[in-house]
Amino acid sequence: MGLIGLALAVPAAIYLLLPPKLRKEAEWVKTTDLSKIPAGTPTEISFERKRVDGWKVSTEKATAWVVKGPYNEVVAFTPQCTHLGCAYHWDGPSHTFICPCHTSVFSIDGKVLGGPAPRPLDRYMTKIEAGQLEIGPVEPHA
Amino acid sequence: MDWLENRTGIESAVKSFLYEDIPASAGWHQIIGSMAVFFFVIQVFTGGLLAFNYAPTPGEAYNSVKYIMTEVTGGALIRGLHHWGASMMLIIVVLHMIQVFIYGAYKKPREATWMVGVVLLLITLVFGLSGYLLPWDNRAYFGTVVTTRITSQAPLAGPYLLRLLGTQGDSVGNVTFSRFYALHTVLLPLLTLILIGIHIYLVRKHGVAADPGDTAPKRKFFPEQVFKDTVGVAVAFIILFLMAVFAKVPLERLADPTDTAYIPRPEWYFLFLFQMLKFFKGPMEIFVSVVLPGLAVLTLLLVPFIDRGPMLRLGKRTFAISVVVLAAIAWTGLTTAAVVTTPKNQESAEDTETPATETPEAAAPATSAPIAFESAWQRLTPEESAGLGIFKKQGCLGCHPGAGQKGIGPDLTKLPAIHRDVAWLVPHFQNPSKIVPGSVMPAVDLSKADLNALSLFVLTLTPQNESALLATPDFVTHGAMLYQSNHCDACHQIHGVGSTLAPALDGVGLRHNRAWLEKHFADPASVSKGSIMPPYKFMPADLDAICKYLLQLPKGA
Repeated sequence: MGLIGLALAVPAAIYLLLPPKLRKEAEWVKTTDLSKIPAGTPTEISFERKRVDGWKVSTEKATAWVVKGPYNEVVAFTPQCTHLGCAYHWDGPSHTFICPCHTSVFSIDGKVLGGPAPRPLDRYMTKIEAGQLEIGPVEPHA
Repeated sequence: MDWLENRTGIESAVKSFLYEDIPASAGWHQIIGSMAVFFFVIQVFTGGLLAFNYAPTPGEAYNSVKYIMTEVTGGALIRGLHHWGASMMLIIVVLHMIQVFIYGAYKKPREATWMVGVVLLLITLVFGLSGYLLPWDNRAYFGTVVTTRITSQAPLAGPYLLRLLGTQGDSVGNVTFSRFYALHTVLLPLLTLILIGIHIYLVRKHGVAADPGDTAPKRKFFPEQVFKDTVGVAVAFIILFLMAVFAKVPLERLADPTDTAYIPRPEWYFLFLFQMLKFFKGPMEIFVSVVLPGLAVLTLLLVPFIDRGPMLRLGKRTFAISVVVLAAIAWTGLTTAAVVTTPKNQESAEDTETPATETPEAAAPATSAPIAFESAWQRLTPEESAGLGIFKKQGCLGCHPGAGQKGIGPDLTKLPAIHRDVAWLVPHFQNPSKIVPGSVMPAVDLSKADLNALSLFVLTLTPQNESALLATPDFVTHGAMLYQSNHCDACHQIHGVGSTLAPALDGVGLRHNRAWLEKHFADPASVSKGSIMPPYKFMPADLDAICKYLLQLPKGA
């Protein structure tokens, strides 16, 4: 009886706990012309990306907060607060990102300035091809 | 232990369960009931697991089952256990009934136990019938169409039953699907649980039936009979497990109501009814499909009231045994006839689609013998080939089957002139019913570039090249899609399309071999001095596809 239980429990655990085989690598998505993003002011951009969602590959709208530096270097933050995933926004006057849920505050380079957020803002991988900003998968955080 | 016993009484409950009196004559022939309960537990367990990854709507069911079978780790095993478990459960339930029948164990005072058992058998059959629909492949769809039609023939109740099953007009769709799903996963399991409870309660109340003449002192259920039951359960489970691992669970093509070539057939245990229907026509058909099964069920239910004599020794129950033997012969004969006389359908889904990573080397004699003949796809540009890949991936064939077959959608080789235009096709893909009012085609949710490629491919289709193009191996479309998505055409040219910044790739297989190409992708400058091409790191399957594709490109004109 114990063996039968085991012969059922092991496949069940594998079935539920191991991740499914990945269908493909995350893709890079072209977004906007870099020239359209003002330097020094975080800008929210939206783009469409493919997401493997169970048995379906769906196209979904995604957004990123993009910060362009004086030398055209670009950082793209994922739009969720690293505390509990609320959408944060850029507060011009205080020059910080503020999360409305639990008042986490981040600097323009994503560092935590205050509030409960456990780590800096997560970033998308980025590259620039022919003047266009391309957004890749989210960088693994430390 | 005392603490738990004082609060729950669990210890004494288990004890009274295990130390129940059973007749001395009880033995191996009485293990089947426990096995039936065991299989019900297996079905509930594996069914619950499947439900975790299953989408119960016609639009998604097939894809989610395919996902379970091909992507979820251990998914094929769980579905195997559920699929074969269903068949084994039915066999066990029928064997249990046969055992009780030939021993005459249904006689007074066990009539109610028997009748509940008959209802449980019927429920097991309805489980099979309703579960059959859920993968939403061709066999599921057509099997269910036939089932609902048979139901509609029921005298008087037919139309109402049909409404209960949610069929509208002639078709099986969303509503029927949901009804079958609810039946299979909510109503029937609950009902079965209650009836098994009543069944076991009645068995306990009247005790296990002793063989006639058994006057020996009673024994306890534990340990001897428990051991026998456990052995039976273990053997059955080993068989089930081996079947789940080694026997293929069918998953055919996606349900296609327009597939006129498909020959529907029911699950094996219903084949005898399927075969009988072939012998009767016109008004007699109802006799076989509804009246006869109805009478059979009624007779089964009434068996204890028809045969009211005292319990007899097994050797004297010749009539009961001959009934079973005759029924078995009739069932086997009809089932065999059904198997023999019904032509086989085409292969299942797994056979029709060769995974890209397993393309046999023979299909791509890349390095040794480059391009000996020209395939239809070799006349396409990379963008058109990529469009073909999208065409296949989006399942366009479901409605545009090609090769002169009738589909829901129009024959793409015969589009009217105004539709043969990318500027018409792209907006049509994005919102079909806006461009063609009343169109049932779903919107194609793709990027502009992919829609463009798809349109360009559709425009290459002619009645002459269609079937050859649709037979294009997967590495071609896969390779071409990679070529497009990596913008190779920004520097290279194929078929005169692309930039001349870097060498044209027509006939590249005549100039270089696979090893060179792989090295070139990894570090272009190492094999091609002064190359400014950036290195490309592909996944192994992707590298394989793009190399094969490039190496088979024909020499330019």
